[in-house]
Amino acid sequence: MARGVLTAMLATLLSAGAMAQPSQLNLRKGVTDISSQVYDLHMTIFYICVVIGILVFGAMFIALIFHRKSRGVKPANFHESVKVEVAWTVVPFLILIAIAIPAANTLIAMEDTSKADVTVLVTGSQWKWHYKYMENDVEFYSVLATQPEQIRNKFNKGENYLLEVDKPLVIPTDKKVRFLVTSDDVIHSWWVPDFAVKKDANPGFINEAWTRVNEPGIYRGQCAELCGKDHGFMPVVVVAKAPAEYDAWIAEQETIQRKAKEEEQKLLAMNMDMTELMELGSKVYQSSCAACHMPNGEGLPGVFPGLKGSAIAIGDMTKHIDVVVHGVSGTAMQSFGKQLSLKELAAVITYERNAWGNNTGDTVQAKDVNAVLTGK
Amino acid sequence: MSTAAEHLHHDEHHDHKPSGIKRWLYTTNHKDIGTLYLWFAFIMFLIGGAMAMVIRAELFQPGLQLVDPNFFNQMTTVHGLIMVFGAVMPAFTGLANWMVPLMIGAPDMALPRMNNWSFWILPFAFLILLSSLFLEGGGPNFGWTFYAPLSTTYSNDSTALFVFSVHIMGISSIMGAINVIVTIFNMRAPGMTWMKMPLFVWTWLITAFLLIAVMPVLAGAVTMVLTDKFFGTSFFDAAGGGDPVLFQHIFWFFGHPEVYIMILPAFGIISQIVPTFSRKPLFGYASMVYATASIALLSFIVWAHHMFTTGMPVAAELFFMFATMLISVPTGVKVFNWVATMWRGAITFEIPMLFSLAFIVLFTIGGFSGLMLAITPVDFQYHDTYFVVAHFHYVLVTGAVFSIMAAVYYWLPKWCGKMYDLGLAKWHFWCSLISVNVLFFPMHFVGLAGMPRRIPDYALQFADFNKWISIGGFAFGLSQLIFLALLIKACRKQGEAATDRVWEGAEGLEWEIPSPAPYHTFETPPVVK
Repeated sequence: MARGVLTAMLATLLSAGAMAQPSQLNLRKGVTDISSQVYDLHMTIFYICVVIGILVFGAMFIALIFHRKSRGVKPANFHESVKVEVAWTVVPFLILIAIAIPAANTLIAMEDTSKADVTVLVTGSQWKWHYKYMENDVEFYSVLATQPEQIRNKFNKGENYLLEVDKPLVIPTDKKVRFLVTSDDVIHSWWVPDFAVKKDANPGFINEAWTRVNEPGIYRGQCAELCGKDHGFMPVVVVAKAPAEYDAWIAEQETIQRKAKEEEQKLLAMNMDMTELMELGSKVYQSSCAACHMPNGEGLPGVFPGLKGSAIAIGDMTKHIDVVVHGVSGTAMQSFGKQLSLKELAAVITYERNAWGNNTGDTVQAKDVNAVLTGK
Repeated sequence: MSTAAEHLHHDEHHDHKPSGIKRWLYTTNHKDIGTLYLWFAFIMFLIGGAMAMVIRAELFQPGLQLVDPNFFNQMTTVHGLIMVFGAVMPAFTGLANWMVPLMIGAPDMALPRMNNWSFWILPFAFLILLSSLFLEGGGPNFGWTFYAPLSTTYSNDSTALFVFSVHIMGISSIMGAINVIVTIFNMRAPGMTWMKMPLFVWTWLITAFLLIAVMPVLAGAVTMVLTDKFFGTSFFDAAGGGDPVLFQHIFWFFGHPEVYIMILPAFGIISQIVPTFSRKPLFGYASMVYATASIALLSFIVWAHHMFTTGMPVAAELFFMFATMLISVPTGVKVFNWVATMWRGAITFEIPMLFSLAFIVLFTIGGFSGLMLAITPVDFQYHDTYFVVAHFHYVLVTGAVFSIMAAVYYWLPKWCGKMYDLGLAKWHFWCSLISVNVLFFPMHFVGLAGMPRRIPDYALQFADFNKWISIGGFAFGLSQLIFLALLIKACRKQGEAATDRVWEGAEGLEWEIPSPAPYHTFETPPVVK
């Protein structure tokens, strides 16, 4: 086993040179100038540590081999030496200065978020990311796309298991993209290793970070700060497209989102029937509610309340809509008013009022939700 | 007051020790209390270790197999709390109780009744913490660092129990620290000047000051969490004018000195053991004392290196990066000193020496990754990944825990009067050494490759290493049962009788008294030349 460890250590040293693919052993070089500077710093300090380690452990093992009692040596009695002690204080200090200078330069460059071409507001919430393009009328949530059956070992796991989302963030290459990072609930941390960007999302405060991606591609990361039960299940996926493709994409998104809003207004005049509502509601429930209230509606006792037979789910309908749309402050219950469409909200509330034996027989329509949402 | 006087009077007639459970409940003897602390720490080490086994079993392969994520989070949280506050800290306090009076020629600790109390509140603290796991909704699940608002608005009601138990642990630590300081200041034998004190005593004295300085800060942090959660304050809630990052500043102002609280006594132990088995005095005694003091002082100005990603001003990031890098200088001085002590000695490899040598190499590896983590721009990549988990397990398990094991093997013959079972000890050392590296070394790789910490399930590229890490974990856990068997044998007084000096090269007052150490020692103070 010790040999395995040694081989692995050697492999790290060897793989350091050619780093085209993300390594399983080492930091990746990434796809930005900054990430490559960070990688070089990492390797420099790693090699410095290796050299110091060889010298110190080398001296120690020489002593262990040659200065053993079993070889019949008589112990020396020397101790205290100002010269030696000054040397081993000053030399490390000088090495530190040599590391500190390039590190400080890289750090200062990383923290300069001025003159950005594109700005994206990144908002974490339990357990998804929301992206809003500040210059365009485009915003969306990005949630884990891995099927629960894969996590529960019922289906085979896909190639990007736990690192795939329904809607990735799209950014242009060769442009300075600034990220404004914040949170709606607890602290999250937005991390893309290939950009060397990791920034905490603090509720009530906005942090800044930036990147300039050199190569188009799909880059995957994860939430890095413990944020509750499903901390391990909120990946970050960023697609970098060439500027022209990005412009086309963002224009298309603007149109789609505008049309969706118009559709929504039309919906207010229509009524959906129970079957339709329950079918859509079940889907929405599984993706947006089941993480806490559990697929069987029973919640996690003492942590997240159940909905099966709960006072809210079988009580006053307006109150139920209010809780879903506005959330409950001071608890983990988020406001879903801006996360889901009117149709989805109507469906999921209907589902909650009729599933698991709740059987209220109520149907909730888009206009009912809209009334609560607009305060009418 | 009159009752206290009566107690005093009463006890004078019962100078002998009671038998059975009463001996341990009522004891004010530093050796008994030391033994209690050490056994308590070992039991907590096994309980915390069992939780680590749950974590490693779940992470053995990708997917959710054994536990749900909420319980997984409780395991990581309580594992951390138990190992820090229940295993490592009480073990060092136990060693201080046993050894500080023996090393400075004092008859007992200065405040023996407080000593009894500072131990006996500990089991209640951990009973409260552990019982919270069985409540509806479970125990604390927000990480041992309990960042707000996850630990306030978003936690469950068992948080109150967590806060209360941390308060009790803090009171216990503060009382233990006061006792160490008062003992060392007032009860040194004639001739035991400051610069003649053994390094274990020096490092513990400095540690005790750190404890008194920062445990109240921790108490403040948990109290603010309590009032934020239950009494409507907004220290850490932006909606009420507070700041969640303030919590991290307060926590790490405690937390960074805390990690030195867990390593300075280890430096002291290694500085006792290496000269003994090299048959040569410590190379730079004075510089070791000054290095320890510098590390302690620096520990107060580096806390924000745990928080580089929280969005600090660049000037603050630079300051904390430089200050943190500086710590490697006095730490390096220590390692160089140990190597220089061995140089041209006459070295033998008894079990305490083997653990000390493993400590020097593996702790230094933890120090190297610590230096890497200090570099802010690179820390952005390492932060909150398994690289950090590897780093602090190298300094705390192969660092602090290995030093405690070295200390137990070193002083056990003095405590029990019998040599430990050499066969079991060798098995324990070699199994621990190999398995601990299989356990923690690959964590560097998965961390660099991008695996975040505190996740119950992971992407497929991390699968192979995680399997090895888990196998190493199970093996390391099982290896500690060998240690348990060895300790039980020693406590049953089985084995070869130990001489008074025990080790050929041993120097110091603790080796002048008989083995096993009598119940009362140094009733007449020895004179140190």
